[in-house]
Amino acid sequence: MVGILYVDPHISHEAVRYPTKMAANGMEEDFDDGEQPEITTISDPHLRMGISARWGAGNQLAVHAALHPPQEGVTSGIRESPRVHEVRWGTQEVNNPIIRKLINETHGTFVALQHHQPDTTSTTSNRKPQLSNFSRKYRSVIRACLMQLKQAEEAARDDVTAEEYGLQVEIYSMVELIWSLCEILFVESLPGGVVLAQLLDWVKWHFNEADGYAREATTSDTPHLHDSYWSAIYLYVLQGRGDEARKLLSLDPTRSMDVYDEYASIDELLRKMPFFTLYTGQSLAEFDMKWRHWQDECRRRYSEGEFNTNKNLETICRILCGDEDVFLELKDLTETWYRMLVSKLLYCNPTVKAFDLQYHVKACIDAYDGHATLGPLDNILLAAIEFDLHQVIKESSSLLGNWWFVAHLADLLFQCGQLESHSLNYGSNLREFLLLDYASSLMSHPSLWQVGASYLDYCPEFGRYYLEFYLERLPLQTEQKALKVLRECEKRDMKDISHSICKVMGVRALRNERLGSALSWALRSKDASFATFLADRFLSEYSSKGGFSSLDLLDNLGTAMVLSDRLTFLGKYREFHRLHEEWEFKSAANLLLQLLTNRMAPKKFWLTLLTDALPLLESEEVIFSTQQTYELMNCLEDISLSFRSSAYLHGDQPGDAQLKPTKGQQEVEKQKLDLIRLALARNLARAILSEGSLE
Amino acid sequence: MFVARSISAEHKDLIHDVSYDFHGRRMATCSSDQTIKVWDLTDDGEWQCTASWKTHSGSVWKVTWAHPEFGQVLASCSFDRTAAVWEEVVGESLASTQRGQSHWVKRANLVDSRTSVTDVKFGPKHMGLQLATCSADGVVRIYEAPDVMNLSQWSLQHEINTKLSCSCLSWNPSRLHLPMLAVGSDDTNPSAGGKVQIYEYNDNIRKWQKVETLMAITDAVHHISFAPNLGRSYHLLAIATKDVRIITLRCLRKEPNAGANPGGMSKFEIRQAAQFDEHSSQVWRVSWNITGTVLASSGDDGCVRLWKANYLDNWKCISVLRGDGSVTNAGGSSTGGNQLGLTNTGGNFGGSRGFKQGGSGQSSMWY
Repeated sequence: MVGILYVDPHISHEAVRYPTKMAANGMEEDFDDGEQPEITTISDPHLRMGISARWGAGNQLAVHAALHPPQEGVTSGIRESPRVHEVRWGTQEVNNPIIRKLINETHGTFVALQHHQPDTTSTTSNRKPQLSNFSRKYRSVIRACLMQLKQAEEAARDDVTAEEYGLQVEIYSMVELIWSLCEILFVESLPGGVVLAQLLDWVKWHFNEADGYAREATTSDTPHLHDSYWSAIYLYVLQGRGDEARKLLSLDPTRSMDVYDEYASIDELLRKMPFFTLYTGQSLAEFDMKWRHWQDECRRRYSEGEFNTNKNLETICRILCGDEDVFLELKDLTETWYRMLVSKLLYCNPTVKAFDLQYHVKACIDAYDGHATLGPLDNILLAAIEFDLHQVIKESSSLLGNWWFVAHLADLLFQCGQLESHSLNYGSNLREFLLLDYASSLMSHPSLWQVGASYLDYCPEFGRYYLEFYLERLPLQTEQKALKVLRECEKRDMKDISHSICKVMGVRALRNERLGSALSWALRSKDASFATFLADRFLSEYSSKGGFSSLDLLDNLGTAMVLSDRLTFLGKYREFHRLHEEWEFKSAANLLLQLLTNRMAPKKFWLTLLTDALPLLESEEVIFSTQQTYELMNCLEDISLSFRSSAYLHGDQPGDAQLKPTKGQQEVEKQKLDLIRLALARNLARAILSEGSLE
Repeated sequence: MFVARSISAEHKDLIHDVSYDFHGRRMATCSSDQTIKVWDLTDDGEWQCTASWKTHSGSVWKVTWAHPEFGQVLASCSFDRTAAVWEEVVGESLASTQRGQSHWVKRANLVDSRTSVTDVKFGPKHMGLQLATCSADGVVRIYEAPDVMNLSQWSLQHEINTKLSCSCLSWNPSRLHLPMLAVGSDDTNPSAGGKVQIYEYNDNIRKWQKVETLMAITDAVHHISFAPNLGRSYHLLAIATKDVRIITLRCLRKEPNAGANPGGMSKFEIRQAAQFDEHSSQVWRVSWNITGTVLASSGDDGCVRLWKANYLDNWKCISVLRGDGSVTNAGGSSTGGNQLGLTNTGGNFGGSRGFKQGGSGQSSMWY
């Protein structure tokens, strides 16, 4: 048996006040609904002293015992360790793989719906078929999800799991029921607003006990004597399923062909029952005439007493005649007011318009003990029939505790233009409000945040703020995760957020002494000041260790090095080393000279550069020309002079004060200068000689 | 709501403050036992204590994280009249790193206060690395680390004398507004005036100026908190006093151009969005969720209450947390106390659930 919807006993027994109708303009009366907040208890004796709570990331709170007011010297006297309780708020169901599938699959439909192009040249009736396609897509995903949940419930190994799945089955059964009713009333385009055919399908789809009864009866030896035999037939008739009813009726062997065949009579009536079907070209007036004609025939046969001898057939005939009392008699079969409503309308008012449904509701509700016994699900369906969308969404959110449903439903209704026409000018706000909540519930999930981000893209007012906020706060456990988040930022051109993420990653790498990685993060976000800081770190690492780390990165800086002067210098300086290693002495010498003469090198680094020139000056071949040697000598004089100045002694910037050379270092530096001076002089002599001999 | 896990904090006395880092994967706790503990979320989702050290020579009142752009940095304040800045260092202490423990180094000791330092908060990231403290003698101090790569240099930039014993402060996180601080006082004398003061930094005269005093709040204030601003056109401030208040501050005019009015201050339209006395006793802590849509308040009735606004900005209690030992009347509707004639519990937007969700933590939804 599938598709039978059991209404949770909690719902039907709970007295829920029938909601006050909204005033005509949709503004509600201000009143306290008296609903109580949910209460959660934490087991911790310390909490008797006082309580304190702090929000964490996502929907979680840290709760701990606290003494108020906090005072020094007043000890709590606790013996055991104090505890921190992590309390979660929000749906757990996203952790269910089946629900996750639902979330992922409906995401695609949602995005497609946002991009659907309403044909502006056409009227609303033309865009509606498209929208009902979307609605059906959603519904098919719900149905698939429901089936999987049912399978999971049956396959569950333990009671707890089974109960959990059972609960989800219950929720999504309701979701499906509400969704399909809303689809009929708000999304589908119905010529002339005649809804009955759709409502019949709705009832058939969701409530098919009749098939179960029929199966029970037909599989028994004597179907016509089985308890379920007539129940099945009545239900078929009530749901307008004439053919199935006739098939069952034909199984009754007590039928006497020789005398007057009342079976044949009812069979004929059932067979001839007219249906108003869409797209047959039949006009409503035409159908109405046919219907009256047919029902007159039913009434005639009933009043002539054709079925007097067979109470069961008489009941069927009374249904066909639209006799109000018979629906009351059969109320145990229809079970709920809305099913009775549909059956009754079928025979009493088959051309009822959607907007008029609400006027037929009261009698049916009274048949089931009135408004006072309505449960939340009843209230939602009732609100839908009353075209009170607001109430539908409100009640659904409290009944289902499910962001998915209300967010998608509100969005679909918004796309249909229903939210504006029915719920005032804040229709789009309501949609956005619900979407923000839904997206927020996904953003704190480790694998669904990208889906959440996509929903936020479609919240025009606050979406981007939320998204920036969430993206910046996503935990960046690994570089891959960081890159993934960065891609999302880049897609949306969120420069500040990418910058911040790169900085966080860069600082983290720096703290772990991974200079190369830090630099690549700085390059990624074009963070000039951080790049300068890191270039300095590379240079001081070279000065202290005599080598560079992360050669791969430094050798391939390319145009990225123009980000900061210091970085350019670092890149060029490394290039000098590479040329030197590759025996490209001439090019290396040119580059070195360039670094010194165009003032790219920081002053404090000049000595190092000149020292680097020593091997080139001392090589067998003359590398520096006379002109170049003069320039090097100039630089040497420059630092010899500044050697005595405070700027050199205390570094270029005030922050470099700690780099101030010690006495010993100064001595070493002085020796170095002398050495360089000597080498320069010798090179000059050699260069003059070689240049002279060339001429 | 449901309790996901309970951690034994191993402090020797009650905890005064818990603080999550920017990403929510690290947590710091502080206690009367003069220590701070840092907890890290492991890959399997458990909190593991990775550091515990004695920080002060008195109760540690508050602990707070800096933005991760500045590294792993904490600030704490204490009864011992100091505030301190701590940085986690990697690989300096081999002995401790072996056990998955990290090492925290004191980078700064801020000793300017002559009384207990009651609150400490890092400024919003866009202002660089700033730190505000307030103390029992009524002085708010703003410190700054001019070089964000060097956490050991802090300079005292400003001192504001509020003339009232300070219990708490909160930075306005908004990037669009001038730097703004709200300071609360626990002075119990109602005739001493409004207990929440709002200060704003004036760039032209390079000074913090008092722009507002919330005269409606004359009882002792224990905690205040600006909500994160995700696109709202106004600022939202929650106040824990003898009840819970939610105040909106709407900037009436942009800062006038510098030349015409160098001392100009922003003007605000201040409204009370909500006032809740369900705690029916002193409220000690208010805390916003990260999007500033749900407020948690903790009161002397032993309850934590969660408040959420629907899309019409009507606030309502959606959930209550309490210890199993306390006797509490959790019910009660909002009194809608509101002096501005605004409706408080407008709309019948039910927050309670129609049926039990098997304790699975399905939240009350309030839209």
